[in-house]
Amino acid sequence: MISKFQVAYKNLLRKRTRSILTLIGIALSAWVLVSLLGFNQGYESALNKDIDNMGFQMMIMAKGCPYEAATMMLKGGTGLRYMKESIIDNIVNEPEVDKITPMLMQAVFDPNKGESGGISAYLGVDPRSFSAMKPFLTFRQGGWFVNEDSYEAVMGYEAAELEQRETGDMILIPEKNIQLKVAGILSRTGTQDDGTIFVPLRTVQKIFDRSGELTTIGIKVKKDADSTLLEEKLYKLPDVQIVSLAEVKHTIMKLISTAKVMVLSIAIIAIMIAMVGVINTVLMSVLERLKEFGILKTIGAMPWDIFTLVWIETLILCTTGGILGIVLALLLSRVADIVIRQILPYAPSGGLVVINLKLILITLSIILCIGLLSGLYPAWKAGRVRPLEAIRSDV
Amino acid sequence: MEGGKGQAAGSDKKRCLKMADNRISIDARNLTKVYSRGNEEVLSVNDVSLQINKGDFVSIIGPSGSGKTTLINLLGCLDNPTSGELYLGGRPIFDTDRRLSERELTGIRREVFGYIFQNFYLIPTLTVMENVMLPLTFYRKAGSENEVDKLLKLLGIDHRKNHLPGQISGGEMQRVAIARAMVNMPEILMADEPTGNLDTKRSAEIVQVLKDLSRRTGLTIIMVTHNVKLAEQAGRLFQMSDGRIDEIYPQQNTDPD
Repeated sequence: MISKFQVAYKNLLRKRTRSILTLIGIALSAWVLVSLLGFNQGYESALNKDIDNMGFQMMIMAKGCPYEAATMMLKGGTGLRYMKESIIDNIVNEPEVDKITPMLMQAVFDPNKGESGGISAYLGVDPRSFSAMKPFLTFRQGGWFVNEDSYEAVMGYEAAELEQRETGDMILIPEKNIQLKVAGILSRTGTQDDGTIFVPLRTVQKIFDRSGELTTIGIKVKKDADSTLLEEKLYKLPDVQIVSLAEVKHTIMKLISTAKVMVLSIAIIAIMIAMVGVINTVLMSVLERLKEFGILKTIGAMPWDIFTLVWIETLILCTTGGILGIVLALLLSRVADIVIRQILPYAPSGGLVVINLKLILITLSIILCIGLLSGLYPAWKAGRVRPLEAIRSDV
Repeated sequence: MEGGKGQAAGSDKKRCLKMADNRISIDARNLTKVYSRGNEEVLSVNDVSLQINKGDFVSIIGPSGSGKTTLINLLGCLDNPTSGELYLGGRPIFDTDRRLSERELTGIRREVFGYIFQNFYLIPTLTVMENVMLPLTFYRKAGSENEVDKLLKLLGIDHRKNHLPGQISGGEMQRVAIARAMVNMPEILMADEPTGNLDTKRSAEIVQVLKDLSRRTGLTIIMVTHNVKLAEQAGRLFQMSDGRIDEIYPQQNTDPD
């Protein structure tokens, strides 16, 4: 026995070009939708990962623009401001503080970096407190430098790859003409650490003539401690600003929400266009076959049979188009990632468009629901055809 | 087909919709159909009464506009009459107070009638076999391919079963349409100008097929045509003119075959 599915499928092959164009429309909508949902989820988790991998929940910086400060910490940056190292004494004894780590970021122009030169960033860290705050960092080669003022460096995975360095090799700090010995190379983390060169704090202070100065202090708050209370206390310190990373995350997500609304609008428009496409295709197909539906009724089809026949056509179009769109999104997620990075003011490390099974199922469900809604009217119209009118009509 | 008929007779309870054990297949009493065309009312079928027995092969002839297609539509439950009564196997379908909804008409149609038309109306994307089996899909009935094969063989198109409608001749297409109408073993076959799109040779072949079906299966056939020569092949011949009907051959079941 031939099934309704076979009849519906074969009918779609009657007007191949029209069916293929509708499929493309649905596939594009599914692509945009799943990529948007993937971005929604991927961006937030990438940002969370970046912030979690900093190892601290709060940082203290010299007064300036808080957004700039936040971006600088997350992305690395210039236009640095400095604060006195002595400020540590005011912080370390606060009961809410678990650990602190002082940092001094310095950047120089390296004419040999890339094709036309670039900025090389050196992060001066205290080897003991910094490694304690980031216990998740593992080494591909070597390990942390031991002395606070040795001329050594630990390179992030990408920084080492870029400069083709192994442990024991020397790296040169441009402008200063000072060489550092590579003590260790970190494994890939998928965060900003991959592109950073870590140097002992005292060494950076000495090389860049910044003795007693810091750019940042990272603070790890004790578990179950009141971080708001700590923030309030630290606000009283002169010439510094407190940046809570939860706040940073909130601020960045707020900035990104504008871009999200824009992309969401595009997705909604794309879905509506696809919906109109489905209605047009199925309705045209129904209107062309009114006589045929009338005849089907004379050979035993009930209104529900005709309705389901037309609805199955919509279902086939939407399922196939939806799956094609999702496959397209999976194949091109890297491209979407690159495009989004070009558009957004700040993008965290790692994949921005993360498409998982849950998202695939959600997208497919949305496409199917919208598709089936689009098919309702044409299917209802087809089911209502009276055989006599259909036979008499000129269609 | 004898076997097929046996299957129809011994079929399930759904057959209760089929006609009761009555010698008379169709009993139309004073059927009238009036159409509105703008402000004008057109009397298409005017007070027609006729009785058709089981197994009759009936032809209705008449010029265009005489009302023969309207009459066959009323007899075949494709349309409600304006007035009059219709009984199928003694069961009242329409009477003075009773008009059926489209759903009820569909229910009766699918149980009692098979229809063939001038324009075949085969689904172009389905093969001959699939077109013939299509009604079984709607009846949710698992018809066997063997039975359909027998039907195709009886109609002389079994060698075409895997062809698409576009790959066969007009005469073969009409045979496929007949097979499709017959696959659910109807009691009555309504044929509206079944040879209208065929040449003389093919037309004669199709009418011979209908005659054979009627003789071998006891199927009641009502055929509308304006080809007098073909109409004369039927056991009973009616002529329509201005909505009225006259029986030309009054004798019943006189087929010499």
